[in-house]
Amino acid sequence: MNAESSVRLVNVTKQFPVPEKGQADVRAVEDISLDIREGEFFTLLGPSGCGKTTTLRLIAGFETPDSGMVIIGGQVANELAPYQRPVNTVFQNYALFPHLTVEQNVAFGLKVKRIPVPEQEQRVNEALELVQMGAYGRRRPSQLSGGQQQRVALARALVNRPAVLLLDEPLGALDLRLRKDMQYELKRLQVEVGITFIYVTHDQEEALTMSDRIAVMNQGEVLQIGSPSEIYDQPVDRFVASFIGDTNLLNAQVVSVKNGHVRLQMGGGEVELPRNGREVTAGQGVTVAIRPEKLRILRSDGKPKRGIQLHGQIRETIFAGPDTRHLVNLENGERLVVLIRSKDVAGKQHFEPGDAVEVSCDSSGPRLLLQ
Amino acid sequence: MAEARVAARWAGAGYYALLALFLYMPIFLLIVFSFNDSVILAFPLKGFTLEWYHELLQAEELLASIKNSLLVGFLASAVSLALGTLAAIAIMRFRFRGRDTFLSFASLPLVIPYVVLGVALLILFSALGIDLYLWTVAIGHVVINVPYVMLIVAARLAGFQANLEEAAMDLGATYWVTLTKVTLPLSAPALVAAFLSSFTTSFDEFTLAFFLAGTQNTLPVYLYSQLRFPSRLPLAVSLAAVVMVVSILILLLSEWLRRIGAGASKTKGIK
Repeated sequence: MNAESSVRLVNVTKQFPVPEKGQADVRAVEDISLDIREGEFFTLLGPSGCGKTTTLRLIAGFETPDSGMVIIGGQVANELAPYQRPVNTVFQNYALFPHLTVEQNVAFGLKVKRIPVPEQEQRVNEALELVQMGAYGRRRPSQLSGGQQQRVALARALVNRPAVLLLDEPLGALDLRLRKDMQYELKRLQVEVGITFIYVTHDQEEALTMSDRIAVMNQGEVLQIGSPSEIYDQPVDRFVASFIGDTNLLNAQVVSVKNGHVRLQMGGGEVELPRNGREVTAGQGVTVAIRPEKLRILRSDGKPKRGIQLHGQIRETIFAGPDTRHLVNLENGERLVVLIRSKDVAGKQHFEPGDAVEVSCDSSGPRLLLQ
Repeated sequence: MAEARVAARWAGAGYYALLALFLYMPIFLLIVFSFNDSVILAFPLKGFTLEWYHELLQAEELLASIKNSLLVGFLASAVSLALGTLAAIAIMRFRFRGRDTFLSFASLPLVIPYVVLGVALLILFSALGIDLYLWTVAIGHVVINVPYVMLIVAARLAGFQANLEEAAMDLGATYWVTLTKVTLPLSAPALVAAFLSSFTTSFDEFTLAFFLAGTQNTLPVYLYSQLRFPSRLPLAVSLAAVVMVVSILILLLSEWLRRIGAGASKTKGIK
């Protein structure tokens, strides 16, 4: 992957008028800046209504920004119509033309660009083979299953060899099993064709599985951009921490700050954490995020240990396949979820509700967040 | 309970029979009398004859009026189709200032009595110094047909997703190509249905034609003028029978096409 920029959004804002009179405009996206690299699998992740689809539509050209710049392949594209942009879209409901066959659907883009017929045929066949739909060329979209329509929609977009492929929740309508298969399939395709994918989803697992980088969005703003592991391990705020994966959010108060560390009053005890470059002062309230799988449970024995240590009582244990969730009430009344691998639960790690325990983890586990 | 249900069923059947009688009896009688060998429209029937149909083919004035009606019908329907389709696309696919007002105004002819419309257009044409002729009738018919076309086509446009058009543009089609390759083909059944329903409306329409026709008669106007001559009555009856049958056939065809369209949109895509 080279570092050349494929799509850039610079301070893009787009508002939609609200039908009711006298109301302020709803800001679909506000002051968004993204720099998407060539050949990257880039995901816009967020809850519905966060502006991720609007962002995609701004890149596709179905919406024009109120302010800011959309730059595609080094060219300012604000004023370009959708048909003038080197991008193609896979729509959420596939949007296959019902009056055309699969072949005609895939050939549509080549036909309107007046590509010679022999080349059209060759490229259509290649594209259909690429998505393993070679045998279905003569069918109508209505004769295909959802997964097959999905593949045709992909072929129809890819056959044009766009610089960027935009995918708007393409797996949303498929059942869980098919969705998982298609996740690997899409990733394989992206590596194979080597073009930039910009993928919109509200499914954090999907985003983590496929993406090179993820932009987490909420309420029209981009909160964090990073690799899946960065987003997962180093969330920048409460929203990102809780939207991606399960997480424990504990309220804490700064006791003292020294160099790169802070001492916090948290969960009925005192802990020391890396500051992560955050500006905090003594007495300030902060949030600490800890992933459930980074915590361990030990029987209380009164001895102090290295790292972080909180006292509590087992409230409930819930078997969930490979892991067993342990709910622990801390001394100050807050609750923690701790994951223990189910195969370990039978032995030393067996706890019953009511057991007094210590919850601990390395000081690198918890993540200091401003409110 | 069972008795009450039986009674209700009989009442229902009776109601239905009466309805059918009042709706279809006159039409049936029309057809029967068109074959009756007498100038007086009364029972008992005298005998079977094709004379009136034969005479129909000889009546030059009448054939001219049919020609006029066909001409006005085609002209008015073609123009209504174009204008109504454009209006439907504007309403369904664009957000613009005054959209609701536009929709109300475009639908207004649906509720204005034809007599009022006829007088209004008559005043307008004479104020503008336009001589009344067949094409003034056609203009009147365009006014009444545009809302129908608009509603029929708009219903079809609502039936398929707007993002099919976005998909076309995304694949490189200009607005015009999208219109001709996606929007119009997908709307085709509605367009044909709209054209046919415009045509039958225009072909049968009397009030506006009566006000706006000038010296040339359309068929309904001619038919009405013939009612003054008792000897011409059977001719009018047999002609009415022909028009009736053709109109019904055309309407059935247009409804059938509309359903094909609706069926096709149901099987399209997911869900």
